Amino acid sequence: MGALTDEIFAPERPGYFGSFGGAFVPEILRSTLDELIEVFDEARADESFWPEFLQVMQSYSCRPTPITYLENLTREIGGAQIFIKREDLNQTGAHKANNVMGQGLLVKRMGKRRVIAETGAGQHGVATATMAARFGLDCTIYMGAVDVERQRPNVFWMEQLGATVVAVEDGAATLKDAINECLRDWAYSMEDTHYALGTACGPHPFPQIVAYFQRIIGLESREQMLACPARLPDRVYACVGGGSNATGLFLGFLEDPEVELVGIEAGGLGLSSGQHAARLAGGMGVPGVAQGYKTYFFQNDEGQMQHTHSVSAGLDYIGVSPILAHWHECGRMRTESATDAEVIDALKLLMRTEGIIGALESCHGLAGGLREAATMDPEQTVLINMSGRGDKDIFTIADALDDAKWKEFLRQKVDKL
Amino acid sequence: MNLESYIRERLGERKVLLMTHLIAGYPSLEENWRMLEIMGEVGVDLVELQMPFSEPVADGPTFARANQSALEKGISLTQYFDLMKRSTRQFTFPHLMMGYYNTAFRLGHGAYCDALSDGGSVGYILPDLPVEEGEELFELSRERELHPIQLMTPTNTDQRLAEIGQRAAGFVYVVARRGVTGSRTEIDPELFSFVERCRRATNVPLALGFGLGSGADLKRLQGTVEIGIVGSQLLRVWEEEGESAYVDLLRDLGEGRY
Repeated sequence: MGALTDEIFAPERPGYFGSFGGAFVPEILRSTLDELIEVFDEARADESFWPEFLQVMQSYSCRPTPITYLENLTREIGGAQIFIKREDLNQTGAHKANNVMGQGLLVKRMGKRRVIAETGAGQHGVATATMAARFGLDCTIYMGAVDVERQRPNVFWMEQLGATVVAVEDGAATLKDAINECLRDWAYSMEDTHYALGTACGPHPFPQIVAYFQRIIGLESREQMLACPARLPDRVYACVGGGSNATGLFLGFLEDPEVELVGIEAGGLGLSSGQHAARLAGGMGVPGVAQGYKTYFFQNDEGQMQHTHSVSAGLDYIGVSPILAHWHECGRMRTESATDAEVIDALKLLMRTEGIIGALESCHGLAGGLREAATMDPEQTVLINMSGRGDKDIFTIADALDDAKWKEFLRQKVDKL
Repeated sequence: MNLESYIRERLGERKVLLMTHLIAGYPSLEENWRMLEIMGEVGVDLVELQMPFSEPVADGPTFARANQSALEKGISLTQYFDLMKRSTRQFTFPHLMMGYYNTAFRLGHGAYCDALSDGGSVGYILPDLPVEEGEELFELSRERELHPIQLMTPTNTDQRLAEIGQRAAGFVYVVARRGVTGSRTEIDPELFSFVERCRRATNVPLALGFGLGSGADLKRLQGTVEIGIVGSQLLRVWEEEGESAYVDLLRDLGEGRY
């Protein structure tokens, strides 16, 4: 570990990454956060814990996930060689599995019997529901009512997996409101319930815990790139919503100053439209405190959070990991954005040239990576995190692609009901 | 004003004090004014005036919806401080700002304290600002005679209660139970033993909130804490039963003090 990694896992001021992070929660939650800090610190000091985590991920979630060289796409783009990390091949089809299975092991150590989680697109909800089923825990998933509507297939699976799904009607009825509702549930239920927060946000110790488990992406990637193509990538890319997949990938290359870390936020309808979720790249985010932590938030002059927009529910969020806010501010990470339209084009290209169906979230990283790869030399390499797969989001993607045959199929289905 | 002296003095005539709550801009600024007038007529002892926030994590469903609705109707900080200023000029009860830390953080600690002083407030309750994060704000508050009201909860260890007690000024807000605002609290032996733990952690008066709904509830608190806090029940009655029931409830609560 180097100095930059120590800043994340052993910071001078506990819970802070530079000037971001902290734990701004109602006092009622203090004791349960302290309990979680203690159990997490014990676990990571225990030499058998990381191997136990690796064993779970290898036997249950296809780890290590491969790195794929996108030969056709590289030829098509005509610039740097493009590699992707295949987090889409995880159990439940996204990197979310890394974090939930890890937190599941912490739940076992704490002896709690119930788990709650927020979800936006539904990926973290589905991942948590599988973990709860596997570990024998009761499970409640909070999901914004708007998201329940746009992600019905994921709601179906969560319920089939035994979880209770609660549609949250408050606020904007999206991810941020689901997080608020989890904090409220937890304020009652903490004695026997763990809140499995899905991204590297929220009060300390969540950003650290999520980063700890998600760094498996970066650790594997670095080793795999050194094996073949036998060199570190010049640039690595990841989409940034809450920031868990980016944090996980970037941690693997944090101490390699020659590797540039590039986070790609949701540019929505374009930065000038105001309809986006680019809190860092768009310059619209300003430091604030909400949902238990200090970071850049999409807010107005009076500190009220504003509506974000993205084609992908998973990036449609007001805040960003305090770890990424720190790397953004100290210059270790460069932050860019990709618009809804660029993302859909990138996804189409990926499907046609490589036969890979990426998630809309992940295709933000891809779109940003392709844009830059085109301007780079053929000797250079870029690594992009394909954080999730898109085939399970068929309703959203078909919508985004505006596919006429799909619409006709839906009509026929409805007629038969 | 020294809030603690005010409370002690007031307790000369009453066995327990009544602190009431309202959310600025909900249901409307006009209705807020009527609520304040009724509070003035009944002679409540303290008032919490809540500034709405888009992410009210410490609030239960009733207040969360009220926060959201007030924001949708466009409540601004200017309107909020204007309401506070008008109210502190008109009524004699002390006013506390209740809200979330981001309001203070975005304004800047100095500007926030200035706005509170200018509005005539005696302090603030920010449930998402833990003591270790508040040092700078607390320091600026002391200079302006603003009281940062600290919160104690049943899940706190004795050591944590002591840390909170060290920063206490005016009174301590005792959260009677787990959860968020708006659900019932049983006034039972467990509650009394928690209040005892708070008592050992601080010498300032204690205010007990979360779920009080009648004069009888307030009577039962006599001799246990110095102040009873009523919030959600008042709003529920205003919304569901109207102004005259609201007046009746406040009168009943007022009588529960003696």
